[in-house]
Amino acid sequence: MDVPFFTQTLLPALNKGLAVSLALIVPAALFGFLGGVLLGCLRVFAHPWLRRLGDWYTSLLRGVPLAIQLMLIYYALPYLGIFFSPYGAALTGFILCTTAYQSEYIRGALLSIRLGQIRAAQALGFTTWQTVLWIVVPQAARRALPGCGNEIVYLIKYSSLAYLVTCMELMGQGKVVASDTFRYTEVFMAVGAYYLVMVTVASRLLHWLERRYAVPGFAGA
Amino acid sequence: MNGIEPPVLQVEGVCKRLGGKAVLEDCSISVRRGELKVLIGPSGAGKSTLLHCINCLVVPDKGDILLEGERLDTRDKAALCAFRTRVGMIFQDFNLFDHLSALDNVAIALRKVRGMSRDDAAARAREELEKVGLGGRGGHYPAELSGGQKQRVAIARALAMDPRVILLDEPTSALDPELVGEVLSVIRALAKDGMTMVMATHQMDFARALATELLFMEHGRIIEQGTPEELLADETTRTRDFCQRLGELG
Repeated sequence: MDVPFFTQTLLPALNKGLAVSLALIVPAALFGFLGGVLLGCLRVFAHPWLRRLGDWYTSLLRGVPLAIQLMLIYYALPYLGIFFSPYGAALTGFILCTTAYQSEYIRGALLSIRLGQIRAAQALGFTTWQTVLWIVVPQAARRALPGCGNEIVYLIKYSSLAYLVTCMELMGQGKVVASDTFRYTEVFMAVGAYYLVMVTVASRLLHWLERRYAVPGFAGA
Repeated sequence: MNGIEPPVLQVEGVCKRLGGKAVLEDCSISVRRGELKVLIGPSGAGKSTLLHCINCLVVPDKGDILLEGERLDTRDKAALCAFRTRVGMIFQDFNLFDHLSALDNVAIALRKVRGMSRDDAAARAREELEKVGLGGRGGHYPAELSGGQKQRVAIARALAMDPRVILLDEPTSALDPELVGEVLSVIRALAKDGMTMVMATHQMDFARALATELLFMEHGRIIEQGTPEELLADETTRTRDFCQRLGELG
């Protein structure tokens, strides 16, 4: 085995890519989840025309391949005077897309909260948004957590599309090394292993979160 | 003031149609301080809908609700929220907040609606749980409580808001028979303390013993009303007929 190729060429390049990947994934997961909660609430509780707007947004973002969304953000928005760095374009694309998916998980969980609890909150004098914020969302978020975690696992892997807009994350770095050295097999097995490790760590973290916020009587507790 | 206190709660000519069918027709109730009015009647008579209409969880099509002489404007959201903080509601199936401990179930409205600090709200909540005999259960979640305990937490939750009147929608109907007593005894203590209440129930012995007035409902109307003695003594009343049949079943 060609050890110097790994230690001097491949791993340093992939580590650099990993840092960029993490810088994409962590904020995208965080803001995507928050965006999903907000969008999910709008799509269930807001004024009917806001709901429709939310539904359209979700249909559009879920209906168009992410690769095309990234291309449009990076190559088409400049025509409208909106310029993104490769990193900015990729991050924006991921947040917008993951928000749409997360809102579906959240929406499903919101609809599972019994009407009786909403009535009880209103009977105590809660406004609609207080009810949503303090009674519905805390329960819905717990119910949605497994689904939202699933989406984050997807996000980790579709973050590899960022190289399409020249953002040099893990996949991009791997491609450069591979085409420079023609060692496609070693490079992509290594890249695959990096993703596998990231997904494993994320899954552990998500399980911990589920346990941390477990409440007796809810699924998983 | 002319010395005559207005009724705590007045319901005037409330009508409600649901799905093209009239479920409430021209229902009026007047409740004075310390009174316990009991709604009785067959299932589907509109007892529950009437209680839900009183604090506008179901918005009435017609009619007026007055609390301490003040007319409620159902379109004014802020006024409606303020109104509801003064009208307690107990539901048939408890409707505790599943993600909160018993203590937080009682404390949350104090904090978020009343704006009390976390500590003050917890202290008040502990006090109310104590009153319903659940002082030691504050840390339990709804899933860890029996039906009777859940309903008592719900009562503590309503009492913590210092309501002028409490509406109870068949508070014991979802309970196993052996748990009915503990909830009724809490309600009995409230009545003895002079709490103003409107209660829908099928517990006739309880109603007979404590009701200031019975209101018999059928097909969305209040068709008979009077003291338990009057309604249950007179052989010609619908109320007596209904209660006899309840007795035969039991």
